[in-house]
Amino acid sequence: MSAGITTPGLRLDRLPRRRRVNRLMEVLAWTAAGIAIAILGVVVYSVARKGASELNLDLLTKPPIPFSLTNAPQGLANAFAGTLVIVGLATAMALPVGILVAVYLNEFAPASIRNGVGIVLDVLNGVPAIVIGIFVFGLLVVGHGQSGFAGAFALACLMLPLVARSTMEVLALVPNALREASLGLGIAQWRTTLSIVLPQTIGGIVTGTILAVARVAGETAPLLFTSSFVGTQTNWDPRHGLQSIPVAIFELSESPDPKDHARAWAAALVLLLFILFASLGGRWLATRSRRKIAAR
Amino acid sequence: MEGAEEKMSTTIEPTVKVETRRHPMPPREQLERIFRIEGLDAVYSGKPAVKDVTMEVYKNLVTAIIGPSGCGKSTFIRCLNRMNDLIPGFTQTGAIRYHGQDICGSDIDPVAVRRNIGMVFQRPNPFPKSIYDNVAWGLKVLGMRDGVDERVERALTQAALWDEVKDRLKASALSLSGGQQQRLCIARAIAVEPDVVLMDEPASALDPIATQAIEALMNNLKNEYTFVIVTHNMQQAARVADMTAFFSISHGEEGHRYGELVEYDATEKIFTAPSDKRTEDYVTGRFG
Repeated sequence: MSAGITTPGLRLDRLPRRRRVNRLMEVLAWTAAGIAIAILGVVVYSVARKGASELNLDLLTKPPIPFSLTNAPQGLANAFAGTLVIVGLATAMALPVGILVAVYLNEFAPASIRNGVGIVLDVLNGVPAIVIGIFVFGLLVVGHGQSGFAGAFALACLMLPLVARSTMEVLALVPNALREASLGLGIAQWRTTLSIVLPQTIGGIVTGTILAVARVAGETAPLLFTSSFVGTQTNWDPRHGLQSIPVAIFELSESPDPKDHARAWAAALVLLLFILFASLGGRWLATRSRRKIAAR
Repeated sequence: MEGAEEKMSTTIEPTVKVETRRHPMPPREQLERIFRIEGLDAVYSGKPAVKDVTMEVYKNLVTAIIGPSGCGKSTFIRCLNRMNDLIPGFTQTGAIRYHGQDICGSDIDPVAVRRNIGMVFQRPNPFPKSIYDNVAWGLKVLGMRDGVDERVERALTQAALWDEVKDRLKASALSLSGGQQQRLCIARAIAVEPDVVLMDEPASALDPIATQAIEALMNNLKNEYTFVIVTHNMQQAARVADMTAFFSISHGEEGHRYGELVEYDATEKIFTAPSDKRTEDYVTGRFG
């Protein structure tokens, strides 16, 4: 960095040019990072500004009143309840299957199957949400009608590769010496996996699940096909169609009433904050569990 | 060349002082065989690691496997309890008869093999559990539920660790020093009462005092167990082993390097009057 060095024998040709290129690249990289942060900032700011007027407890507790001509307080309680039920059910479906897939691939399967199914999981992860929606529509909705269950199943399809992949990653972090320690005692592999390997990965599995929940909680397309013909009353029964936050936002955005728009923005803000805090919490757990594994 | 011939004819000065802590060994014919290994070849994804090993391991003796790095010592010892099954691409041929029964076949459950033939690894690998649970967990899982506390105490005492940990059995095993962790791993292995204990360079990561503790416990426990120990420390082999096998690296026709058993004999013989030139070079420090 100091320009005046003239050590004998130290070649300095083109050094100023190299410094300039270095500087330019640094500035470019910083700008790119700044743009990424700015985009998030603008989104959060505009959502917060437009939704602030309707962001109150009524939003969470009161049902919506369609075509309301009065100023009676209304909210999106049905959508929040529906999202809770649908995402909860989706997690209950995707979590055990995802963990079992990861355990099979990482602990039992030969390398060829592990790599092959790994690619399949990546492809499934890349399938657009609307395609999953159509698939579940054809599978569960045609002939049976929409239901919260069908919506949950669609979201579970989206969660499965996320949970499986993140579980595989933490399983791969568990040192082999630990598996050998147990197997060397003459303990069966299933028992080793259950009692020695999996407890090491709980933090990572929780993290992966939280990140997957955060991801699918905002999915709209699959729910439009599977759980969007709904009433305004709060409903916890997944056998019926359940309203959800993303679908509610979509519907309110098409309303002529500006107050509906404001409520859509407020709901978007709640969703955004939920995803933000879930991600932060997930990441915090991830670094903690990784440090715990690395510490041994 | 002339010089080398001359050296062969003179008696070899042992560079390693052989301590006589061992009891005099009865003739090999009278010893009970634990293992009879016949023509064992071990291959990693097409690359031979060990070729054509034939030897016997005797009951209640300490058998040391010595040799330079890469001679297949670890590969060989891991064959004895099917630990290599876990490595993708590993294959082996030949027979390993354990009390007369070949344990290599696919019809033999490796879990049952390892239940009888325990293992202690190069780097201490305690479970991330308490000191007590490290020893007790295996007992519980393997159905040895009677008198767990007594068994844990006995194993820790045998492993010369009890006095150091008896007041903090509930503390994490990871809080122990490296030497203590390795002794805990030995306690864990012997608590489940295996027939044979395989040790893959158990002292390579330890300081001399911890090493001495482990050597002493092998000596004290060999009336109950049979030990097979891999070591690259010749003094250690000389101190603890009754029988010593010397492995060396050979070069195959296609430039493959593989390990082979050069000489297997009583430890005194290996270190004072080896019959193979390569053994002599290695134990006198002239190797390489």
